[in-house]
Amino acid sequence: MSTLLSRWRSIPRWAQLAILVAIVVFVPPVINILERQTGFGLLTQINRALIYVCLALGLNIVVGFAGLLDLGYAAFFAIGAYTFGILTWPSLRLEYSFFIAIWICVLVAALFGMFIGAPTLRLRGDYLAIVTLAFGEIIPPLVRNLDHITIRFGDWVLVESFNLTNGPLGMKPLGRPNFGLIESVAGLPPGQLDPGVNPTFWYFIIVILVLIVLSASRRFEDSRIGRAWRAIREDETAARFMGVNTVRVKLLAFAFGASFSGLAGAVFASMLGAIFPELFRFQVSIFLLIIVILSGAGSVWGVLIGGLLISTFDGVLLAQIMPSIFPNSDVQSLRWVFFGVGLIAVMLFRPQGLFGHLGRRRHTPLTIEEAIHGDAA
Amino acid sequence: MDPQLEAFLRQVLVGLSIGCYLALIALGYTMVYGIIELINFAHGDLFTFGFFISLTIWGLFDVPMPLQGAWILALPLIAVVVVVLTGGLNVVIERVAYRPLRGSSKLAPLITAVGVSFMLEAIYAYIWGANQINYPRFIPTTNFLSDFSRIIRFTPRDLLLFGVTIPLMIGLTLFIDRTRLGKAMRAAAQDREAAAMMGINVNRIIAITFFIGGGLAGIAGMVYGLYTGSGRFIMGFEFGLFAFTAAVLGGIGNIRGAVLGAFIIGMVQAMSDLYIGGEWSRVIIFSLLILMLVFRPSGILGSTQSVEKV
Repeated sequence: MSTLLSRWRSIPRWAQLAILVAIVVFVPPVINILERQTGFGLLTQINRALIYVCLALGLNIVVGFAGLLDLGYAAFFAIGAYTFGILTWPSLRLEYSFFIAIWICVLVAALFGMFIGAPTLRLRGDYLAIVTLAFGEIIPPLVRNLDHITIRFGDWVLVESFNLTNGPLGMKPLGRPNFGLIESVAGLPPGQLDPGVNPTFWYFIIVILVLIVLSASRRFEDSRIGRAWRAIREDETAARFMGVNTVRVKLLAFAFGASFSGLAGAVFASMLGAIFPELFRFQVSIFLLIIVILSGAGSVWGVLIGGLLISTFDGVLLAQIMPSIFPNSDVQSLRWVFFGVGLIAVMLFRPQGLFGHLGRRRHTPLTIEEAIHGDAA
Repeated sequence: MDPQLEAFLRQVLVGLSIGCYLALIALGYTMVYGIIELINFAHGDLFTFGFFISLTIWGLFDVPMPLQGAWILALPLIAVVVVVLTGGLNVVIERVAYRPLRGSSKLAPLITAVGVSFMLEAIYAYIWGANQINYPRFIPTTNFLSDFSRIIRFTPRDLLLFGVTIPLMIGLTLFIDRTRLGKAMRAAAQDREAAAMMGINVNRIIAITFFIGGGLAGIAGMVYGLYTGSGRFIMGFEFGLFAFTAAVLGGIGNIRGAVLGAFIIGMVQAMSDLYIGGEWSRVIIFSLLILMLVFRPSGILGSTQSVEKV
């Protein structure tokens, strides 16, 4: 593994880039061939895995960089998706363009990130975890119940049974990217570039999304704010005495983490074309946290690789391949047993995460305690 | 009697009964948290285990329904078996999934706890099925209060619920306050290393804590089954979250706080069901939790110095 890594690092940068671009471009055709042979929905799962990578990279900012344990991260995913829903759902008659709506979703999610971050600034460790957990638990029932909003002051009715989120039925259909301008310039018939549910199209949209999120993450890692996050992760009190504005820095971690999630949520909503409250349950937050911790919190490349591996492992191997190999046994319900055993095993044998060594340890030397316990949290 | 008042009183009874089994789960949560500072996500699933395993044990015998004569004695016997099994399961979980990680970062045991929870839920679904499971109605539901009111009911089921849970709560409090073992637990909760230096076998104390916590959750599961008559493999998660909220509300690590928190949550849920609408209960309970933590992070009964955690 490490020899492979050092060999990769010895390749010139342009060649690295060329190899990566080639891999990215050739994934859909190769997967398409595999899909035709096996009958599994592979590319859709890869798209989903890439969305999870975006989310995990956002959570990595909060948990990995800043060390703030967030157990309700799916809430921001939901906020992004539902903001997108509200902006593009035909029944509400806003019908924003995809390319405008996603940035509004980013802003709204970031605002909510600060909103939930602000009151928790005094809290540490587990208490922060509990507040975020509670926040994550509030959002799904909230969106499920916001289908008959009535605001009334005495006899004066401001809003009467206004349907914002369509409740448990979910919002459908939602806006998709529209390339009408490009089509008219290129002389194509209108609707030619309409993505529909074509997974190849969405693959490229999501790859662009991953690139945005990845490069932002990489930049944060080595920036002033990134170092401030690491400082408060290692020792908040010491960081404060060294002149780090902990309040501002924590708020920024929440805001940036949430904004990644909001962006991923908006694209996810558009890809599915529909959203339901159940898509954003606690299991999603936990799944993302698992990706971050198992991959190696704080390592951007680790989270990228781990996120891809874990979510394809779950979505393809456990959900599709296992049941087809053992058609008669009830593998589907044992899916989570494998997942649970895997989680425990990885934590027992590699508590620092599977890929924690990728591109890390440059800024944070081991403390004496970590060296003794062999721990790299 | 005024119907509105009756509805209110009925919900008070509902709130108290929710509070009872939540309190039993919350006690285990708070004890575990007090000693090893772990948010034990798998704890709620022990509640489910108590529900299912007691169901299976009942199924081994040809029990009359409702319970009659000598069969009433089966109730405490089965309860003891359930306590031993769920407590034992919790000890095994601690040994396998948490103890090896005690020296490492705090996140690692949290993740294994999630892993255990997933695993247990999947196994329950595999063994007992993924649908709503009916629990036989062993306890009659004749109303003791039928002379006074037709709406407020107090039945043998309620008697069982309160008769099992309230003595357990009091017993546990006394156990921790008065006995040597309880004292050792408090010492380990305050400072594990210092307690070890004073000759306390901390690993054993932690195992005992897990046994008691698991046993209480298990018996809560059994009582819940007898009381409500149905349950599902996934329900432990929900109850675990509420019990955890209760523990935090009362001041996590504080035994009396956990009980108080559980009854507050039970009441809030019952009242919001009546006056606001059941669909908002979760939102209200978790908003309450957030407000509590923001304005008084140590909980209602927790001290800000957190000197005594258990």
